[in-house]
Amino acid sequence: MASKALTPKSLRRTFVTPEGVDLRLELGSGGARAGAFLIDLIIMIVILVVVTIAALMMAVPGAQSFLLVLWLLGFFVLRNGWFTLFEMGSRGATPGKRLMGLRVVARDGARLTGAAVIARNAMREIEVFLPLSFLAQQTAEGTADTFLTLFALVWSGIFLFFPLFNRDRLRVGDLVAGTWVVQVEKVKLTEDLVGSAYRPRRTFPESALKLYGIYELQTLEQVLRNEQADAVMTVARTIRDKAGLPDDGDDYGFLSDYYAALCARLEAGLMVGRRRDTKFD
Amino acid sequence: MNASLAPSIDAPLVNATRFRQAHSGDWDRLDALVTRLEKKSIRSLGDDDLLELPALYRTTLSSLAVARDTSLDKSLITYLEQLCTRAYFQIYGVQTPAGRQILRFFARSWPEAVRAIWRETLFCVVLTAGAALVAYLLIRSDPSWFYSIIPQGLAGGRDPSASAEYLRSTLYDKQKDWLGVFATFLFTHNSQIAIFSFALGFAFAVPTVLLILYNGLMLGAFVAVFAAKGLGWNVAAWLMIHGTTEIFAICISGAAGIRIGMAIAFPGRLSRMDAVVAAGRTAATAMAGTVIMLAVAGLLEGVGRQTILNDGLRALIGGAALAGWLVYFYAWSWKPSEHGK
Repeated sequence: MASKALTPKSLRRTFVTPEGVDLRLELGSGGARAGAFLIDLIIMIVILVVVTIAALMMAVPGAQSFLLVLWLLGFFVLRNGWFTLFEMGSRGATPGKRLMGLRVVARDGARLTGAAVIARNAMREIEVFLPLSFLAQQTAEGTADTFLTLFALVWSGIFLFFPLFNRDRLRVGDLVAGTWVVQVEKVKLTEDLVGSAYRPRRTFPESALKLYGIYELQTLEQVLRNEQADAVMTVARTIRDKAGLPDDGDDYGFLSDYYAALCARLEAGLMVGRRRDTKFD
Repeated sequence: MNASLAPSIDAPLVNATRFRQAHSGDWDRLDALVTRLEKKSIRSLGDDDLLELPALYRTTLSSLAVARDTSLDKSLITYLEQLCTRAYFQIYGVQTPAGRQILRFFARSWPEAVRAIWRETLFCVVLTAGAALVAYLLIRSDPSWFYSIIPQGLAGGRDPSASAEYLRSTLYDKQKDWLGVFATFLFTHNSQIAIFSFALGFAFAVPTVLLILYNGLMLGAFVAVFAAKGLGWNVAAWLMIHGTTEIFAICISGAAGIRIGMAIAFPGRLSRMDAVVAAGRTAATAMAGTVIMLAVAGLLEGVGRQTILNDGLRALIGGAALAGWLVYFYAWSWKPSEHGK
């Protein structure tokens, strides 16, 4: 397939709804996932530090043990509950994931159960917290020898980079819980490039419209929507050279007209079952 | 179609335009509803909205299907894809309300999950008991074994060289000031261990089994030290008041880890992925339950044991707790799925 060859490492996955339509979910990339985790980690550390300082300031004699109990429970909930409680909510995402436009969903498309969320986050204990706390403790005691450090690094390395070694970017936790993380960014409906009031000023000969397929058309759409002057100029010049058309000084207008004409032509082809994916077809 | 003389006066040039004109009202409406659902909750929608939501969702979904086949406007298709995805997860992937989930957890999910891993639980109980027995016999025959089982810091002076009076004092003396702190620390520490033993099951359950084994060894070692000074029954009562709950909880969390490890090693008739997911969800439910059990154990240990000094009462409470857990998990079952899924 031509479209596959153009996007070799696609993170798009077939996901058919009960109504029979493929939603073509886009999985969260490794970078987005790592970013989300770092954001969460930073928020958690900030909360911990602020609360600890506040507790130390409030620690009058008599209230100390009560505050310590609260602190211990708070630490436990923060460590084990932060991810779990947020992902159990209706957004299915921690604050970090929300910022990166990610969401946890069940791989089979069913509802995300509490058990799955608990499973995927309990696994974080061996993925991140175990090697970290192990290393921190050994370093604090001054007993971290080279072997232990190396072991902790290799251990966390295996789990940390696990998502990069499988096609679906699954963490060990995702594997056990049957979940994956998808990109759900809110996109605004963009303006129609060829509105109903649009009247092309130029007409193109058949030979000029035969040059390109759907892939090129959609690339042109990108260029028109981005409105970057140098890109518009380059693309307009390329098309004019190829089609042998004269330069009339209005690059954007020329491209808009060309887009409308090419789109209408390719759509007419679709109607009779002639789909032209790229210029090579 | 009859505008043959002026073909492009009113008719839009491309399909995307016709499509946007015909349906963009519906899309906007769905977008608004889904945004409200994401921001607030299902309760923020009125009756009319609720009736409209699935209809709008299906309209938009069919828009997407048609747009993919007839329109070449990439940004339109991208918009419809993300809108349908968001709507899908609000309609099909939505969580049951927290209250009902919690109720369901206590009424069905938790006991069912524990019942499902009974074989692994039994294995862990036998392993703990066996390890405790081995440690006990070893130390009774040669007390120096104690030092190779228990690390110095943990013993707190309760080793074979301690006097009977000192050992007795550790069983009955009250720690007044830091009771709550002690109980909380024990609870969080043990819960973390329970979560570890669940997670470590991923490594073919080997670390989990070692953890359970070591737990049993420590248990036997302590009992041996006290029994050597004629305090066997006293230490048993001291351990029982919280130990029945705590050790049972550790065994269940170990069993949860073993269930995952076994599913990876021997997936049976399912594919390995499916076996792991099924095991993972059952095990996670059981493991979440052990955190609750450990909270109970922490209360019994930190508060109950410090205030109740009578051996018989201690043993009675421990026995009653164990009986309660056993009945709750294995004997008492709700009518099978009357509420549906």
